Amino acid sequence: MSDAGKYRYNNSEVTGRGDLLKNQAASGEMLSGAEIMVRALKAEGVDTVFGYPGGAVLALYDELYKSDIRHILTRHEQGAVHAADGYARATGRPGVVIATSGPGATNLVTGIANAHMDSVPIICITGQVSLDMVGRDSFQEADITGITIPITKYSYLIKDPCKVASTVREAFYIATTGRPGPVLIDFPKDMMVKKAEFRYPPELDLPGYRFRTRPNREMIREAARLLAESTRPVIVAGGGVAQAGAQRELLNLAERSGIPVATTMMGKGTIPEDHHLCLGMLGMHGTAYANFAVSSCDLLMALGARFDDRVTARVDTFAPRARIIHVDIDPAELGKIKSADISIAGDLRRVLMDLLAEFQPADYSAWRERVYRWREENPLAYDQNGSSLKPQYVIQRISDILAGDAIVTTDVGQHQMWAAQYVKRNKPRTFITSGGLGTMGFGLPAAMGVQVGCPDALVFCITGDGSIQMNSQELATVAHYRLPVKIAIINNGYLGMVRQWQELFFGARYAHSDISGGPDFVKLGDAYGIKAMRVTDRDGVEPALVEALGHQGPVMIDFVVEREENVFPMVPAGGSLNKMLGR
Amino acid sequence: MKHTLAVLVENRPGVLTRIAGLFSRRGFNIDSLAVGRTENPSVSRMTIVVEGDDRIIEQVCKQLHKLIDVIKLNDITEEEYVDRELILIKVHAEPNNRTEIMQIVDIFRARIVDIGRNTLIIEATGDQGKINAIESALRPFGIREVVRTGKIAMVRGAKHKTETNGKTIV
Repeated sequence: MSDAGKYRYNNSEVTGRGDLLKNQAASGEMLSGAEIMVRALKAEGVDTVFGYPGGAVLALYDELYKSDIRHILTRHEQGAVHAADGYARATGRPGVVIATSGPGATNLVTGIANAHMDSVPIICITGQVSLDMVGRDSFQEADITGITIPITKYSYLIKDPCKVASTVREAFYIATTGRPGPVLIDFPKDMMVKKAEFRYPPELDLPGYRFRTRPNREMIREAARLLAESTRPVIVAGGGVAQAGAQRELLNLAERSGIPVATTMMGKGTIPEDHHLCLGMLGMHGTAYANFAVSSCDLLMALGARFDDRVTARVDTFAPRARIIHVDIDPAELGKIKSADISIAGDLRRVLMDLLAEFQPADYSAWRERVYRWREENPLAYDQNGSSLKPQYVIQRISDILAGDAIVTTDVGQHQMWAAQYVKRNKPRTFITSGGLGTMGFGLPAAMGVQVGCPDALVFCITGDGSIQMNSQELATVAHYRLPVKIAIINNGYLGMVRQWQELFFGARYAHSDISGGPDFVKLGDAYGIKAMRVTDRDGVEPALVEALGHQGPVMIDFVVEREENVFPMVPAGGSLNKMLGR
Repeated sequence: MKHTLAVLVENRPGVLTRIAGLFSRRGFNIDSLAVGRTENPSVSRMTIVVEGDDRIIEQVCKQLHKLIDVIKLNDITEEEYVDRELILIKVHAEPNNRTEIMQIVDIFRARIVDIGRNTLIIEATGDQGKINAIESALRPFGIREVVRTGKIAMVRGAKHKTETNGKTIV
């Protein structure tokens, strides 16, 4: 039933990195653990790592210094782990982050949890005190493998230099296959110095690691039958479509069947957003028409989506009249939140290819008409009157001006939701945002990682005045490496989403959400040597964006916007998806 | 309903933490958990008794499966199996009621493994019903201490549950 034996390592599987392996260590040289680590990283195709040195990783950094691996030094370990995350999301290759023991390692925790929630393959290498010091509350000791158990796909503590190579191999294999996720390697400093024989690639020994890629045929046929029987089907495309690289198959299925597609925030761009079948994002701040379509459909096909509460709102009233087909690479997601009529575990590309082969065209035109009417009657909208600069307008203009290949990162809060609503993406991996964990402070370091991974791409970070201050130290990294990221701060002087909830649900008592009064972001940019501008009115938006895009290096624009604008539509937490405020 | 899971895991440090952490994090209720080495020293076997409806049990199994250290998992609740638990009971025993206690021990085919000045330690094995019964039979004498292993279980017949190549799909 499953892909038995697949996990067994086979030399031929790594062609492409093979050339790196040929001229070394066929016989097995004696190398230090740190040298083995660096060689193994290179053998895994790593050319860039993000990190921050410290006492317990000095030996490893010494080997990095001698190698040709590019190291991006951030100003905080959290910046490094988010950068590795952004790198992985944009390129599809695993991101690597290195931090020292103790506080270095614990500073990664938020970033690891963030990658875990959004299934991003990152490898975290943390220094650790010497093995004989472990467990004695030594200086800069933290039980990072213990701390990260719930937020990693797997973790290792290296206790033998002979295990370094196999640990690296397994870590990359686990992080990048099946449902991707973060893997942590805790590397005690004495293990970095001790010598062992280096052979690569080592045998994989993972009898308990298995993932299913080939879907069950029977289930595919059943799914095709349900599709044929339905009259009001909707596809919900999630981040798994991007992970599987199944955007072509998705588009193919949508076009051949004429089924409208709503996406989750993580699924943005998996179907071109200028396509007539694309309904945009569903959920708490989704489009009214996507939410209506899902609420009225008789068949919901969830592809690589996990029924997050921000998507479903109240689960028992989510898609109440629909039969559900749920496809995911992770069997544990099937039936976790919403029981499905057909559950298919497998690789989405294969599932969709198989489904396309079984699928019988049906006529959904009446349903489509209805959905399109909802779209015409309930477009995304905001009040354009008044003299103040509207945040939605700024974000719309950013969307308009970006070339097709631009990659957008966001932080978390109101600006993120407006970006999800108004920034149009036509390709996967071009809308990089913290979905599951909702990590303020993600946007800027993620943009750095994206830019490092995609040096030729236009990288645009949309952030808020609250979010950017959670990792603004990374402006130094941006300046240091002259990473030409463009940063748009949607500055309303509030923790805007907190304020919105306080306005709507807590009697407008703005408890500690007013952050007006600084800093002066233009001066802040100047301080770091980053070109910075301020825009306070509509007319200034376009020229500032044009100037930013024309500038070679990094640019930061402080958009001072209407302070008390709200994100609408909005489904209040715990409400039903079709009961939206501000529609 | 209570389910009995037979779980083969890698015999590595941290595996118990991963499993226990999974149960607490996801709010599953462990009734008992017994763990020990198998005929293969690199593999341990856990017998986990967990309470929940079908949906919860399905999630428990899927989440356990997902753990990389879990090699194989079987829900043996519906199968024919032998299960045993071991209990040590230190019971208050005066010279005048020792005979009575020894009769109870006999009836349950248990054993007295230690005699103190006014205590006895009794060892009993059996399924959970029997263990519960002996514990309540001895309670009137005054139980000083109890330690129980939790249930271990094995499916009857030829079915071989300890091969390591391949998980059972739940």
